[in-house]
Amino acid sequence: MSEAVVEVKNLCKSYGKIKAVDDISFEVSSGEIFGLVGPNGAGKTTAIECIEGMRKSDSGNLKVLGLNPLKNGRRLRHYIGIQLQQSELPARLKVWEAIDLFSSFYQKNIESSSLLNDLGLEDKKSSYFDKLSGGQKQRLFIALALLNNPDLIFLDELTTGLDPQARRTTWDLITGIREKGKTIFLTTHYMEEAERLCDRVAIMDHGKIMALDTPQNLIRNIKIETRLIFNVIGDFPLDTLNGIKSISKYEKSGDKIIVYGHDKKMVKDTVNFLVNNNIDFHDLKTEQATLEDVFLTLTGKEIRN
Amino acid sequence: MKSLFKLTVIEMKLYLREPMATFFTLIFAPMLLLLFGFIYGNEPTPFFGGRGFVDSQLPAYIALIIVTVGLMSVPIATSEDREKGILRRFHSTPASPAIYLFANIFTYFIMSLMGVTLLFLVGRFVFHVKFEGNIFSILAGFTICALSFFSFGYLIASLAPTARTAQIIGMVIAFPMMFLSGAGMPLEVLPERVTNISKFLPLYYVVTFMKGLWAGNSWAEHWLEIIVILGLLVVGAAISTKTFRWE
Ligand SMILES: Nc1ncnc2c1ncn2[C@@H]1O[C@H](COP(=O)(O)OP(=O)(O)OP(=O)(O)O)[C@@H](O)[C@H]1O
Ligand SMILES: [Mg+2]
Repeated sequence: MSEAVVEVKNLCKSYGKIKAVDDISFEVSSGEIFGLVGPNGAGKTTAIECIEGMRKSDSGNLKVLGLNPLKNGRRLRHYIGIQLQQSELPARLKVWEAIDLFSSFYQKNIESSSLLNDLGLEDKKSSYFDKLSGGQKQRLFIALALLNNPDLIFLDELTTGLDPQARRTTWDLITGIREKGKTIFLTTHYMEEAERLCDRVAIMDHGKIMALDTPQNLIRNIKIETRLIFNVIGDFPLDTLNGIKSISKYEKSGDKIIVYGHDKKMVKDTVNFLVNNNIDFHDLKTEQATLEDVFLTLTGKEIRN
Repeated sequence: MKSLFKLTVIEMKLYLREPMATFFTLIFAPMLLLLFGFIYGNEPTPFFGGRGFVDSQLPAYIALIIVTVGLMSVPIATSEDREKGILRRFHSTPASPAIYLFANIFTYFIMSLMGVTLLFLVGRFVFHVKFEGNIFSILAGFTICALSFFSFGYLIASLAPTARTAQIIGMVIAFPMMFLSGAGMPLEVLPERVTNISKFLPLYYVVTFMKGLWAGNSWAEHWLEIIVILGLLVVGAAISTKTFRWE
């Protein structure tokens, strides 16, 4: 493993009685894309903002690029880029003015026109901030986080509010940045995003980290059942499925039936059963576990997209 | 330095892009002067101490500009920037928070000064107003009055929980004060019962100070005004720097 650019030890932060971040520890290595995923209120923003030095933690040790984010905040911010989950710019500020202004805050800058190009904002340069769509604002904030060519980039809710097309473009942009040797620390609601983008994922809930590993390992380690999904026409005596031993569970919604089971035998048994009983089924498919399932198993919650 | 300059230029542009702020800072006072100037004329009368209406009231309108910028523009803009997370966004860069304050205070000052200049030009070219004071003296007096009311505005922004309340507090203080302190209606037309109340309003001292310096009085003749204005400045600045929140 290469050197750690972010070191978090026993980080805690409470708001009154709420333990927003409850004793978490982890490291982020140089050059990786690290993702913090979890449901609303899990404590992702609190954690990432403590690490950025935007909030004061109650206890714990933080080191970012070898600096203390609270004590050396101003210096640290020359080398990091921050995209906040929630922020705004003055309504009547134009895109180019924002870029120009924020560039002036840093000692070194990258060429902003190619950045605007990459983010599809070049023809919005003279637009007022409040005339941008939600996704365009988001992209502008990503641009502002990249202006100083930072070594480490924090992105809180990277693609929330973006359309699928823009999300994909943003993913490409992020992978492109990583290829230049940068480290990325992001939070997301989207399991698909974490699975596609992140080298390692920490799953967070109630202020605690429930699991931390590569997406592949997380999926492998969790014993998730295979799902078999099919539609039937007309009446179907559901409880006859009880006779199949390899089925652990089944659900019906409308014409759609979902059957769960641990082993491959379940698929074979079920299909045989349907054929043997002359049941008219169609649109049959199987689904393997995803990060979404890992999440569901660990937290017992559906993540909200 | 570069960022302070850029931010100042941007804050000025933003100010001028806000129609309400532009109107109250640059247009409102010259408009009143035109309106009442045409009604009352500028012939010397004993009623205004041997001066014309415009000669007498123009310096009071300077106080009008100061109070609208100080108690409306400052608290509204500052608390809005905070509420929307704009201040936080600046805070996530290496920029010093001080540059935000400097750029804004400088912008408010320049905008008020532009309003005063327009007011003066209207007075000069439309009504041939008489200025008997010293330009540097009144500029210095204007500066401490403006800073004093800006600090009052920052005080409101610091204490108000939301942008909405900041706006309401600013207006609730500013409007009655405008009418009762001689900044809107001339002090000379206000009945004595009212002017007795006026003496409790800080704006009254801005009005009498500006009128005095305009008429050529020395600062020594206005020691009471100076104490009140500097007192407000010190209290406003002290409390708002202690309680100011970036988010
Ligand atoms: N400034 C604050 N004051 C009080 N409570 C807060 C504050 N910020 C967060 N909390 C609380 O702390 C908990 C964690 O919030 P946080 O914003 O870190 O969650 P999150 O994982 O980022 O959620 P989301 O996915 O909705 O962005 C929540 O219960 C929230 O209500
Ligand atoms: Mg969050």
